[in-house]
Amino acid sequence: MQPFKRFAPLIAFLALVVLLVRGLALDPMDLPSARIGDPLPDFVLPVLGNDAMRTPDGWQGKPALINVWATWCFSCRVEHPYLLDLAKTGVTIYGLNYKDDPQKAEKWLDDLGNPYAETVVDVKGTFGLDLGVYGAPETYVIDAQGIVQHRHVGVVDETVWREQLAPYFEEGEI
Amino acid sequence: MLLRSILLLLVLWTSSSAAVIETYDFSSPELEVRYKLLSQELRCPKCQNQNIADSNAPISRDLRAILYEQLESGASNEEIVDFLVDRYGEFVRYRPGVDSNTMWLWSAPLILFVMAVTVVLIQIRRDQATATVSSNTQRAEALRRKYVDGDS
Repeated sequence: MQPFKRFAPLIAFLALVVLLVRGLALDPMDLPSARIGDPLPDFVLPVLGNDAMRTPDGWQGKPALINVWATWCFSCRVEHPYLLDLAKTGVTIYGLNYKDDPQKAEKWLDDLGNPYAETVVDVKGTFGLDLGVYGAPETYVIDAQGIVQHRHVGVVDETVWREQLAPYFEEGEI
Repeated sequence: MLLRSILLLLVLWTSSSAAVIETYDFSSPELEVRYKLLSQELRCPKCQNQNIADSNAPISRDLRAILYEQLESGASNEEIVDFLVDRYGEFVRYRPGVDSNTMWLWSAPLILFVMAVTVVLIQIRRDQATATVSSNTQRAEALRRKYVDGDS
């Protein structure tokens, strides 16, 4: 009993240190999407550049990225060149133009190049809300069945692609 | 003169930044009370340490609009919170529900209370034991003085 009593404060201190150090290693900004494992929420949205309407089943068949972007979003401009590179390697990227002016969005793609297989226009952000988007850029991975597999908040660059997104594409076709 | 115009500028600037958060007209005062309560209990997903009532983030503005719409359309508090938790996860609740993750959080006050009471009880018992010993010693000392030393 006596030796334990002597070391009790030290043990308590060490336990606290372990707890706090672990806390430092956690990233509080790393929020898993509430939609992971669920099919894409229903939507009927116009496709940018033509009059077609798109529903979630139109995006099934192979794994793809859904990139949430807007012309008012500075970081979207930062990640844009990398998205172009990704698209060239054969990755399917769908664009979700989020709370933006469609005309500005079209001009942006004309000026900077278009990495998207297709972009849908969500002017009011209602589909964004259903998907759990809270800002731009955000990038979602959907599998061939249209199930949400992953969400990345922030700029997609090579590291993010390699470590977080690419694993969902390795089996089967890119 | 320069100082005065700077001051004026500062005053104008502060008053305009205070007006960023929009106001809603509610059909009943009861809805307004619930709006205030819920907007303080819901957390902004973008800014993390603010509730949606305090935050200027665009997403908070959207969530306040949703909150207003749903309140006016007759949704219950629970329905509104569930709607948002479906989309943004448990994270949006500053008052989290009880599940396997938050069990320790919710039971912590009770556990700490029981621990505190236990410690106090042990301490009291120990003090009583020492108090008995010391009063016995004192009495023995008094008796010794009275009868052996002949004091009175």
